[in-house]
Amino acid sequence: MVTRGFTGRQSGSELSDRIPPGQHLVDNFPVLTAGPTPRIEPADRTFTLKVGPRPVKAWSWSEFNALPRTKMTRDIHCVTSWSKLNTAWEGVAVDDILADAGLTAPTPFALAHCYDGYSTNVPLADLAMGKAMVALKYEGQPLPRDHGGPARLLVPHLYFWKSAKWVNGLQFTERDEAGFWELRGYHMYGDPWKEQRYTND
Amino acid sequence: MTEAIAATARWQSCAIVEVATRTSAIKSFFLRLSEPFDYTAGQHVDVRLTAPNGYTAMRSYSIASAPSDSKVIELAIERLPDGEVSPFFHDVAQVGDTIELRGPLGGHFLWPGPSNKPVLLIGAGSGVVPLMAMIRYRKASGEPVPVALLLSSRTWGDVLFRDELLELERSLPDFVLALALTREPAMRRTDFSRRIDGRMVASVAGRLPVSPGCAFVCGSNAFVDIAADAALALGLEAGAIKTERYGA
Ligand SMILES: Cc1cc2nc3c(=O)[nH]c(=O)nc-3n(C[C@H](O)[C@H](O)[C@H](O)COP(=O)(O)OP(=O)(O)OC[C@H]3O[C@@H](n4cnc5c(N)ncnc54)[C@H](O)[C@@H]3O)c2cc1C
Repeated sequence: MVTRGFTGRQSGSELSDRIPPGQHLVDNFPVLTAGPTPRIEPADRTFTLKVGPRPVKAWSWSEFNALPRTKMTRDIHCVTSWSKLNTAWEGVAVDDILADAGLTAPTPFALAHCYDGYSTNVPLADLAMGKAMVALKYEGQPLPRDHGGPARLLVPHLYFWKSAKWVNGLQFTERDEAGFWELRGYHMYGDPWKEQRYTND
Repeated sequence: MTEAIAATARWQSCAIVEVATRTSAIKSFFLRLSEPFDYTAGQHVDVRLTAPNGYTAMRSYSIASAPSDSKVIELAIERLPDGEVSPFFHDVAQVGDTIELRGPLGGHFLWPGPSNKPVLLIGAGSGVVPLMAMIRYRKASGEPVPVALLLSSRTWGDVLFRDELLELERSLPDFVLALALTREPAMRRTDFSRRIDGRMVASVAGRLPVSPGCAFVCGSNAFVDIAADAALALGLEAGAIKTERYGA
């Protein structure tokens, strides 16, 4: 349905193949959260890998930071309709976390867990093979608190709520179990190119 | 909640039935739903505008009206000077135009439902919109929940829903209103003339009969950080503080 009198700020054509439907470009980096920004004391910074209820490995903050580093520059897409191109991240690839724990493909699904109680579900296929990392730096600097510092999941090819802030663990699950926003009406998978914003999209 | 959203998150065309100028930068748009839905105070809708060549722009807007039997919902939209969608609403949209939207959306920033623990609402600018839906709901439902609203605005003239809030302060039992004006002296003894800080939040929370059981904070990112930290300092659990950030 055409909206009377609307033309819009249509972005340059050379970029339009990088902007999923219903999204618009921003230069800034908006912040969205469900609650207060946690202040995570260095002593509380750990990362735990679980398979089902069973902890497989826990890293101290210095151990986690000593894992091999990966850099990625990616376009990101927020469900609230902004997209940001060429964001540069550094962190630990999920592949390297799994390798350090001596695991390959524990189960087909995972939940990322966070200090603030937030969680989000992502299939293993979207985390492994270099697709995702636990990001520790943004644009060369330690991740700011309001963007998820000290560590956030980065799954850049899915809507950005899947890139959970303040992440402190990955739990592998047999079934695809809904996380925090997925229980509150957001899509289980969240592919921006298919506009999978809400439950039945 | 999940089911309610799943069942209703379809696009629908809505007629603008009324436009009301609220402040120099904020107008209310009253939209008649073609497929009415139930919602909870605090929820939002997504609005989609489509250009003749098929280009679309989508933004989220909180519902300002309280849930009721009416088919008409109110959105209050602030004009951002170089924005894409909000200037369209202010400068182009008229009564009789049709707008596409879907909702209700958002399963987190929700009025808590029957409880007698006081609720602390903290908003800035157009961030009062979902809080207004809660206050209007509190009034309409008659739930005996004490509510305090701390609302930050630039000037007295920028206070969204000012006259209605002042009237509610007089008529609604257990409703506390405190305005913080950042660019003008306070007009009333109970108001403030500075940016929000922890002391201010504590002082407003202290006007409730007992300490709040939860807090809702809505506004810009910087504002929400200060207000949410201040709510934590009151002793509220992080999980009892719900935030909605209007992006930048
Ligand atoms: C859950 C939720 C509820 C919301 N509820 C409300 C509400 O009740 N009322 C309300 O007023 N708002 C609300 N918002 C904010 C709203 O969704 C929009 O973000 C807001 O209206 C701005 O949209 P816009 O298209 O006018 O501006 P945009 O085009 O998105 O731009 C925003 C700002 O960034 C600048 N900008 C960004 N990109 C560019 C660019 N490429 N070129 C030039 N300038 C640029 C613009 O100058 C502008 O000031 C809500 C947001 C969320 C997430």
